[in-house]
Amino acid sequence: MTAELRYVGKPISRDDAVDKVTGAARYTHDLAVPGMLHAALVTSPHASAKIVRIDASAASALPGVRAVLTGGGLDYHLGLYMQDKRILARNVVRYQGEPVVAVAADTLDTAREACRLVRVEYDRLDPVLDPREALAKGSPLVHPDLDTYEHMRGVFFPQPRTNIAHHQKVRKGDFDTAIASADVTLTAKFYNPPVQHVPMETHAAIVQALPVDRAEIWTSSQSPYTVRHLMSVCFGVPHANLRVRVPYVGGGFGGKAGLHLEPLAYVLSKAAGGRPVKVVATREQEFNTLPSRQGLHSTVEIGADRDGVIGALKATYVWDAGAYADYGVNVGRAAAYSGAGPYVVPNCWIDSYVVYTNKIFGTAYRGFGHLEVLWGIERAIDMMARKLAMDPVEFRRANLLREGETTITGEPFTAGHGSPVGCLDAAAQAIAWGRPSDPVDEPYKVRGKGIAMLHKAPAMPTYTSCAAVIKLDEDGAADVLVSGVDYGQGTYTVLKQIAAEELRLPIDSVHVTWDCDTAFSPYDWQTVASRFAYMGGNAVIEAAADCLRQIRDVASSALGVAADEVVCENGTAFVKTDPDRRIPYAQLALGYTFENGNSIGGPIIGRGRYIATGLTHLDPQTGQGLPAQYWTYGAHAVEIEVDTRTGEIEILDIATALDAGKVLNPKLCVGQVVGGVVQGLGSALWEGFVFDKDGRFLNPAFVDYKIPTAKDIPRSTQQILLENPQPGGPYGARGVAEHPMISVPGAIGNALHDALGIEFTTLPLNYERILLAIRGAGEGT
Amino acid sequence: MSHEIFLTVNGQAERATVPASMTLLELLRESLHLTGTKEGCGIGECGACTVLLDGLPVTACLVLAVEADGCEVRTVEGEASDGRLSVLQQAFIDAGAAQCGFCTPGMIMSARALLERSPSPSDGEIVEAIAGNLCRCTGYESIVQAIRRAAESLNGRETRKSGPSLAVNGQAVKRPRRAKARDASRADRPRSTQGGGG
Repeated sequence: MTAELRYVGKPISRDDAVDKVTGAARYTHDLAVPGMLHAALVTSPHASAKIVRIDASAASALPGVRAVLTGGGLDYHLGLYMQDKRILARNVVRYQGEPVVAVAADTLDTAREACRLVRVEYDRLDPVLDPREALAKGSPLVHPDLDTYEHMRGVFFPQPRTNIAHHQKVRKGDFDTAIASADVTLTAKFYNPPVQHVPMETHAAIVQALPVDRAEIWTSSQSPYTVRHLMSVCFGVPHANLRVRVPYVGGGFGGKAGLHLEPLAYVLSKAAGGRPVKVVATREQEFNTLPSRQGLHSTVEIGADRDGVIGALKATYVWDAGAYADYGVNVGRAAAYSGAGPYVVPNCWIDSYVVYTNKIFGTAYRGFGHLEVLWGIERAIDMMARKLAMDPVEFRRANLLREGETTITGEPFTAGHGSPVGCLDAAAQAIAWGRPSDPVDEPYKVRGKGIAMLHKAPAMPTYTSCAAVIKLDEDGAADVLVSGVDYGQGTYTVLKQIAAEELRLPIDSVHVTWDCDTAFSPYDWQTVASRFAYMGGNAVIEAAADCLRQIRDVASSALGVAADEVVCENGTAFVKTDPDRRIPYAQLALGYTFENGNSIGGPIIGRGRYIATGLTHLDPQTGQGLPAQYWTYGAHAVEIEVDTRTGEIEILDIATALDAGKVLNPKLCVGQVVGGVVQGLGSALWEGFVFDKDGRFLNPAFVDYKIPTAKDIPRSTQQILLENPQPGGPYGARGVAEHPMISVPGAIGNALHDALGIEFTTLPLNYERILLAIRGAGEGT
Repeated sequence: MSHEIFLTVNGQAERATVPASMTLLELLRESLHLTGTKEGCGIGECGACTVLLDGLPVTACLVLAVEADGCEVRTVEGEASDGRLSVLQQAFIDAGAAQCGFCTPGMIMSARALLERSPSPSDGEIVEAIAGNLCRCTGYESIVQAIRRAAESLNGRETRKSGPSLAVNGQAVKRPRRAKARDASRADRPRSTQGGGG
């Protein structure tokens, strides 16, 4: 089959590239609607406080101000999985940066000036800052009303009168007995700080409230239909009243899934008499008002026999969810069912607690839960290998999931899962694992190699679905309509390749419609979890087959042969045994007209759909069940050089092996891998929120919160893409978009041990931390 | 207080009356509707708003519109000519150097400035030239490759004239003055010191 593919698997350039290199690509930031007002926010200076009084009279009196809102009049709860969030803080503020007052005015300058005139009186409360302390009895409660919040029942388990938004358990075998009989055991603690997604386009939304209870919404979102649904639930209006459009989106990485600024823009527009209102997050608000990745405290305990076979693993994950657990509860859930790494663990015990604190709240971030837990797991696996005097690659190979074994939630591992061991070996080989690093001229520099495994499955509801519609144009070309969003991953280009392949059309005759619009594009849950090429790809295959059926039907009548005698190729339908008898799609797309004027058929529209199948809720007590539509496995191997005078790390080479099942577009796939690896370097080496003792966020800007620049890229990167097909995937493909950043920190931490002999357990591995550790003054926290 | 200014933008003569506080970025995006230039931070830290001011790359969010009086401004919209992509733009496409695309206009303008002052840049020069342009998607490798390839294919060919034309579309404009160094010294920044962030 592979040999016949014309477009799938080919390095085709992005469909949107011309728009993006010319400046023609229009993002929500760039849009203006006639009569549009601009919004600005007053945010909380305190991590936890009662709102005593708000005086907005001077702001309201300022000429050009059209609406001023406080939380008092907005009795709505928002949230994807846990409806615990307000549009504006009501009675209390729960994190520094939380919106308290919003102003809509004729100009942004006026809106900001009005915000400066607002007086808010607070009564400060003791903030809850450490999630481990938040678990203690007697801790102040971030949400005393937790028991009243709506949430996805049967999946998430908030614990009333505590700070626990969700507790996910995994129980397999008998951990206590197995650890007691293990020859070698290890316990270690790890920490990941909260970090930001940093899309280059900050969150933005324009909403125009229309009579009666209708609204037009333009938003920089990953999830047009989820925005529509959650708005519908929040405001109690029918779905059809809300039209959500998503133009080009300047990066998302999970941070633009769910619902963000749209409800605020909606209530402001209503308050301003239906004038459209644009809300754009400043970069500072992107850091400390919009959500982040949660921090994580991990404790990992492993037991193995003398031969290096893991018998038991226990992990406790305490998530710093921040003030709201809206989406974050699912991070804790996914982290639990993935929480032992891609290994065979016959006796497993995992507790994952999603804990409220008075900090910026968490949400999905590229591979959510996995970079975090695998930082601990992959470091612990390396430490364990040393205790066993085994090579880290050999130890991993001995314990990786393989056919005949089951995951920690009881899912049988099959050939269709791909090859974790193949990824391990490919990555190891790529950096000449086992061969010492070349000597360094400078005596103050040392080198080391490290390796780490990764895995992830889409974390999504059991009923997640999507659809595709293909309509043929007058000239026989095809328009593909979907509602997943391509915010840079390249999925639309891949869908175009698939549609061209399946429709037997030249690729230039296929168009995927940019600007999702819930009024016209068919349903898609959210563009998250590396699921869109997989699910959207399957839906497009089905929609194309539907079109082809219709083309063959009409062509068979027109040509006077049976439908199965009609072959389609290169935009033409012809008779299999007599290829000269042919009709181009252009003469079939709207219906076929005979010479005498009689017509048959009609406009051709194909429909395709896909729904996750066979997934189950996890058992609340044991976590057993099927959470994963498919898994993607991979490994990173890295060689680093450390300057022992400064603590500076240079990445000499980083090799990434992923079992993609089928590489649908090698150029775009490699682009995802390189970009993900460098984003992973950010988490590994530099990124992390810093709070003061009162919970104020100290580094909400690029000067103090460093993301990788062009100067920080590795000297060499390698991408190795394995193709062990996923039986349910389009052409055997799996999702790979999130995976490249997972376990980059673990691989570097392991290489640091190889270079320096120091066990690092806390991220980021910045120069300061490394230098202090080299001087014997730090690390170990 | 408002000021009347004259400038050329992508070869087009423009006259604008601007408040003293208006930035060049606001002038481009809001008054001239050239939304290809992006705002990523508004405080000169991300490079998304990079444009060329008299041939030198500046972050337009840190330049007042009045400072551009008499200057020649080039933005991403001026990169293609006669409906044809520039060699640089085509190289970005071929190398897969745009993903979400939000940093791309600024990247292209930084690269344009580099190629005009150094037609055969080393990889080190390329990295220096774009070190002030943040990208969260690509990991920069493909961008460096695109600029290298553009330089290779431009070499031996006539490169774009760097001097501004004084009369465009028949309209005479004030003679451009030399731009001050302003933010153009970005390329001279010290190596990024990433140690502090957390």
